This record gives sequence, structure tokens and C-alpha cells, in this order.
Amino acid sequence: MNFDFSDDQKMLKEQAQKFLAEKCPTKAVRKILEGDEPFDRALWKQIAEMGWLGTSIPEEFGGLGLGHLELCVIAEELGRALAPVPFSSSVYLATEALLLAGSKEQKEKYLPKLASGEIIGTFALAEGPQPPTVKSIKASLRGGRLSGVKTPIADGDVADFAVVVARSGEGAGERAIALAIVDLKGEGVTRKAVKTLDPSRSHAEITFKDAPAEALGAAGEGWDIARRVLDRAAILMAFEQVGGADACLAMAKDYALNRYAFGRQIASFQAIKHKLADMYVLNELARSNAFFGAWALSTDAPELPEAAAGARISASDAFHNASKENIQTHGGMGFTWELDCHLFYRRAKMLGLALGAPRVWKDRLITHLERKNVA
Amino acid sequence: MDFKDTPDEAKFRAEVRAWLEANAKPKSATGFSAENPRFQQSEQEALKKAKAWQAKKAEARYARITWPKEWGGLGGTPIQQVIYSQEESKFDVPTGFFEIGLGMCVPTVMHYADKATSERFVSPAIRGEEIWCQLFSEPSAGSDVAGLRTRAEKDGDEWVINGQKIWTSGAHYSDYGILLTRTDPKAPKHKGLTMFWISMKAPGVEARPIKQMSGGANFNEVFFTNLRVKDSQRLGAVGDGWKVALTTLMHERLAVGGGAGGSGPDVNELLMLARETELEDGPAIKNAAVREKIAEWYVRGQGLKYTTYRTLTALSKGSVPGPEASIAKIVVAPKLQDLNSFAMDLEDMGGIAVGEDAPAMGAFQQAFMWAPGLRIAGGTDEILRNIIAERVLGLPGDIRVDKDIPYNELPTGR
Ligand SMILES: Cc1cc2nc3c(=O)[nH]c(=O)nc-3n(C[C@H](O)[C@H](O)[C@H](O)COP(=O)(O)OP(=O)(O)OC[C@H]3O[C@@H](n4cnc5c(N)ncnc54)[C@H](O)[C@@H]3O)c2cc1C
Repeated sequence: MNFDFSDDQKMLKEQAQKFLAEKCPTKAVRKILEGDEPFDRALWKQIAEMGWLGTSIPEEFGGLGLGHLELCVIAEELGRALAPVPFSSSVYLATEALLLAGSKEQKEKYLPKLASGEIIGTFALAEGPQPPTVKSIKASLRGGRLSGVKTPIADGDVADFAVVVARSGEGAGERAIALAIVDLKGEGVTRKAVKTLDPSRSHAEITFKDAPAEALGAAGEGWDIARRVLDRAAILMAFEQVGGADACLAMAKDYALNRYAFGRQIASFQAIKHKLADMYVLNELARSNAFFGAWALSTDAPELPEAAAGARISASDAFHNASKENIQTHGGMGFTWELDCHLFYRRAKMLGLALGAPRVWKDRLITHLERKNVA
Repeated sequence: MDFKDTPDEAKFRAEVRAWLEANAKPKSATGFSAENPRFQQSEQEALKKAKAWQAKKAEARYARITWPKEWGGLGGTPIQQVIYSQEESKFDVPTGFFEIGLGMCVPTVMHYADKATSERFVSPAIRGEEIWCQLFSEPSAGSDVAGLRTRAEKDGDEWVINGQKIWTSGAHYSDYGILLTRTDPKAPKHKGLTMFWISMKAPGVEARPIKQMSGGANFNEVFFTNLRVKDSQRLGAVGDGWKVALTTLMHERLAVGGGAGGSGPDVNELLMLARETELEDGPAIKNAAVREKIAEWYVRGQGLKYTTYRTLTALSKGSVPGPEASIAKIVVAPKLQDLNSFAMDLEDMGGIAVGEDAPAMGAFQQAFMWAPGLRIAGGTDEILRNIIAERVLGLPGDIRVDKDIPYNELPTGR
């Protein structure tokens, strides 16, 4: 049994933590939250220089050729720091989609530039305030041209290309869904920023009108590939969520130890102690579920879909809980704009919705369990 | 990162599996155990079966895998213990009865008694011939066990013990027990305690079973009336009883891979029930609310399982397990209660039936009635949260009003 990260991976994590503590204090997150810049360009540049963007991209395509485990430890630290960069869109989603389904030419064309940070990619699935399903997808792909509206798309305003989930003319049911790569700077694409709950991560509405589109993956497999991309991203994002949840616990603990009421530290009241103990329990469960996801991802195990759902449900729950109880622990101060509590509260909700709400993943999890029990 | 068996672990698993196949029956497809003590005609019968199984295990050295060979163990690793428990859980075998003794009491004896005493007790305990109980809690001292009153007074080379314990699991069928007493009522409460081992058959010991809300009577009141024990039965120094008790409780926590799996129907059984149960709009398993609930419990259970794997990894690397090991019971016990309550909800009006008339032989109802006990035994939910807050997170201890005050000057209530 060796259910842990290696010493090298732990060292990478430590380095990442140190780097981000220095380059991405919450002050930097606020700057994006309150300003007009869509993301922290200086930070993004340094992240690219360190090679993080190409962590799981093979060396032949310009990446570091490490594995997903390395990506997991980096993700946790990005989550802890609330890094305001398009990492999840470009790395967990666009890069993973290309690694999974890209042709050799597509990989050669996109991966080296994704690895170097020269281009940013994103994944365009959502079409407004409802869960995207095989039935609901309206964007359509005909004769190499894409039309439709996708919103809200994380980093859609800054990405150079998007992997778009659309309905093709052929096939029925799932088989009718196709994936296409679309140049977001090319013809037929207009985009406008969308205001969201978490302005530290930018979002956009993208309108396609006969935009030139190149197919990604085999015809008829679009939905299946999209699901697999989401599974992989869910595991990586779970590490971000665990990092964020951990940061909330640390923040709550620190405040509780230093704040006095009724002549004593508020950390000595059981209502606070037990709240933080519960936070710890949920965070540990989430971390362990994320570990299982990391294992499944790194070994491409058949359990991957189940592991992804478990990691996502657990991490979304833990981060939401930690972020709200962190505010509660801070009392009135917690409700101010000035304190950082709300940055975590916003990010927790944003990440919890980003790849589909936990409700949807719970349903998927049971579908996997049903299959397993029948087998 | 990997939690597949290493070649050595796989070999051990195969050995264990072969032995179990040769000596026990696999569990039925439904997962419900006919050997579960709670389904036995009588406790006597269950005990007889459990003793026979324990003797077999001891002979194969599987009864205490991590104990050294000279003490009847296998000299194995904690991982081997987990592998054994995982494999054994697939078989319909009678367990229980011995965990308190082998997990807590006997290790305490081995730690503090002389070699001859340990030699006398270890082997009958491991073979299931002698059963031990833990005599700590009292009517006025449960969570606050150091507040106990049972008095031990020195009389020559002997001690005379008077008082009462309560909630002592298995006292009525136990042969021996470890007993925490007060030897100095003038000292502050943690300082005046002393531990002994005693024979439960000695004159002056009387165990009276207490009927539980779940119907059975597994725990007892135990009365001591001029019980005389030799000074050589003392475990640790006079006045050091609290330290000795902490050793006992530490052994309880180190028993990784042991019980924490909970004792009753879990997600698999609930899935099975959901498949069989027709709701207003079709099978329960197709109902969104039902699916959501099951998923939540599944994720909690899995989180705990992988937490255990992390603990084992730390152990196998020779490091001390991190504090994550302390979360098990606080997750398992409330889940047991809520999950089984929900299973009864699925059975709807019929969910009120118990026993053989109920689905799954009433296992959900039984767990529903047992779960409240699990949230209390071995440290209540609240005490466990305190432990996590204080020992794991480093938050301050509760404000104490009883600290440096002599025990006999402390206020008492009900
Ligand atoms: C099934 C079962 C088997 C048992 N077996 C044994 C056994 O074999 N040997 C043995 O010695 N004991 C045994 N016990 C006793 C068990 O350890 C105690 O019941 C337990 O420690 C709680 O003590 P109490 O019952 O006195 O409750 P109390 O300590 O009076 O607690 C009552 C309530 O107050 C809360 N409370 C108490 N102190 C605090 C605090 N500091 N902060 C917050 N809340 C607090 C508790 O959480 C609980 O909700 C068993 C109990 C059960 C239910």
C-alpha cells in the first residue's frame, strides 16, 4: 500500500505553495476581483515559465511530460491561493480534451503553445441557467461551421480557442453531439464579458455565427469525450477545492485563536471548536476522495468516472462548508468586503458549479454504482 | 501512488483467502449474516460459536496478526491485519466479544504487568477461552471518567474495593476485567486513580445486565462489595491510573482496520433495498431524492475508506499516522443512524415492522435502534469533536472548574 504522493511530488507541492504565497497573496486576487483585468497576467507568465501549464503534456508536444499526480499537487496550491488565472480552463479542460481526443496534427498544433502559455484554451459547454444535457444542447455544427450561444464560459473572454460541445446534423441521442475546436479570434465569433459571483475569474458569453470549426474526436463520440474530459477535470478541480477548503480552516482557526469575547478566546467555545472539528472532518474526507481520484486519473483506471464523481461531490461540499463557516467564525468582520472570507465563499460556489452542480454528479455516481452492482 | 497489493501483500491475501475458504462459509449474496450475534437464538449460543471461531483463528495465528509470535500473534504488519479483516468480512463468521479484551484490556496488562502475569493471560485470551471487560465508566463518570468514585483502600498486601461501575459491555460473560479505581480522594481527580486487573468471578463482584433501548442486554452494572485484590494485581504505580487508562484508550485508537466499518447495513444494502422498493413513481433507485441521499452516504464512506488507506500508508512507511485517523467514529456512527432511518422511510408505512416480518430480516430497524449507542460508546460525538479540536487543530481546552481542587471537594449532581 502506497496511497500517498511521492517525496518529489510533495516537494513540488511545497515549492508551489511557497511560490504562490509570495506571488499570489489575496491582495493579488482582490486586484482582479475589483479591477478591469480579466486575470493576473504577470502571475500567468511566471506559471508558464515554470512549466506548470505543460505538466501533463508529453515532452514530444513541448510539455514537461510529468503526470497527473504532479498536476494534482499544483492544483491544490492554486486553490489554496485562489489564483486568478485561466489555469483550469486551459489545463484541466482544453489540454485534457486534446490529449484525449486530438489527432496528431491537432496535438502538434495546440499542445506546445498551451504548454508555453502562448495560447489559452477553454471548454464551452454551458448554454445558460440549466444543466447542459444531450437534449438541451442547441449550438449546432453543420459543414464545418458552428452557430449558437455559449454562456457563461470561464475565461471565454481571454481564451484563444474553445473546445465547443455542439449538435451535429448526424446521429441520434448522444451520437448527435460533436466536439469542435473554434478559433475565438476568428470570424463569426463575438464575445462579451459576463458578470459573475466570482469576478476573480472571468467569464464570457460567446456567440458563434457560422464560425469555422474543426472537428475534435471521432464523429458521434462528442458526448462521450465531453464526459471523460469533465471527469478528468473534476478530479483536478477537486484538488483546487480541497486547497481552498484547507485555507478556510486555517483562516478560521487563526481568527478564533486571536479573537476574544466574554474574557476568553472564541476558540475556547465549544460551538466554535465543534464547528472547526466538523470542517476538519469534511476536509479530510474530501482530501481522501480526491486522492482516490488522483490514483484513478494517473493510472487511467476503470473506476475513474466513479472516482471523479466522488471527488467532486466531496470537495464541493467541503469547500462550500468551510467557506461559509469561516465567515460565521469571523462574525461581523466576516461579512465585510475588506476581509478575505468572501473571496473563498465566492470561489467555492464558482468551482462547485463550474463542471456541473453536485446534484448532477450524485446522479451520475449512482448510475455508476448501479452498473457495478449489476455486473 | 498505488493501493493495489504489493506482491507480498497479494501473497498474504491469497493465503488468508484460502484458509478462510477452507474454514468458513462465504456471506450470502444479500450480505446479511446469519452468524451475526444479533440474529442468534441466545447470547450463550452466539458466544459458543464465536469462541470456536476465535480458537480456530488463534491456531492459524490470525487472531492477532500484529502481535509478536511469542504472544500467539503472527508478527505481521497493520496492513496484513487490514487484509485479513477485509477478507474475513466476506465470510459469514461470528465476530465480536473479543475486541474489548484483545484490543484494549490485554495490551494494557501486557504493558504494565510482569511477564508471568502476561503469560498467564495472553494465550487464553487470544484463543477466546477467557473474555475481558473494561470497567471504567460509572454512574457519575462517563465522558468525565476521571471523576469516578469506586474506592480502593490498601489493607496490608491487599486492596479492598467498594463501588459501582456501569455500562460495562460483556461483564456478565467476562472472566476478567481491568478496573479503574480511586485510591486518593484528597488528590485532584486525575491524580488519585489506580488501575487493577480483577477476576470477574471473585467474591464481591456482581454483574447485573442492563436492558438496552435496543432490547438486548449487552452491558451491565457491576457492583463491588469488599472485593479483595492483591497488590500484585495493580497495573502501574499507585496514583498513576489515569496514565494507564490513557494507554488503554490509545490502544483503542490504534486498532486500525478493526471495527470502524460500523455494525449494520450500509450503502450496498440500501442500494439493494432501493432497487427492490416500488415508490409512487417507480423503483426507489430511479427517484432523484433517493439517489442523492445514497450518493452522499457513499461519498462519506469512501472518504473514510481512503482515509484509512492514507493512515496505513503512513504506518507502512514507519511514521506515526496523522490525525486523520481520529475521524472514523464521528463519521460512521451518525451515518449508521441516518442511513438506516432513511431505509425505513423507503419501506414507508411498512418500515415500522421489525424482526423476521420486516425486509432484510429487520436489519435496518435493528441498526436504527443500535446506532444511538454507537454515538455514545467509546467517546460521544461531542467528546470526539473536542478531541479533534484540541489535539488535531490545537484549539484551547474547555475551561475547567475542577482542575486543582481535591476530588472530595468537587460539586456533584445527578
Ligand atoms: C453501548 C455502550 C457500551 C459501553 N461499553 C462500555 C464499557 O465496556 N466500558 C466502559 O467503561 N464504558 C462503556 N460505555 C460507557 C461510555 O463510555 C459512556 O457512556 C460515555 O463515555 C458517555 O458517558 P455518560 O454516559 O456518562 O454520558 P455523559 O458524560 O453524562 O454525557 C451526557 C451528554 O453530555 C455530553 N457531554 C459530556 N461532557 C461533555 C463535554 N465536556 N463537552 C460537551 N459535551 C459533553 C455528552 O456528549 C453527552 O451528549 C458504553 C456505553 C455504551 C452506550
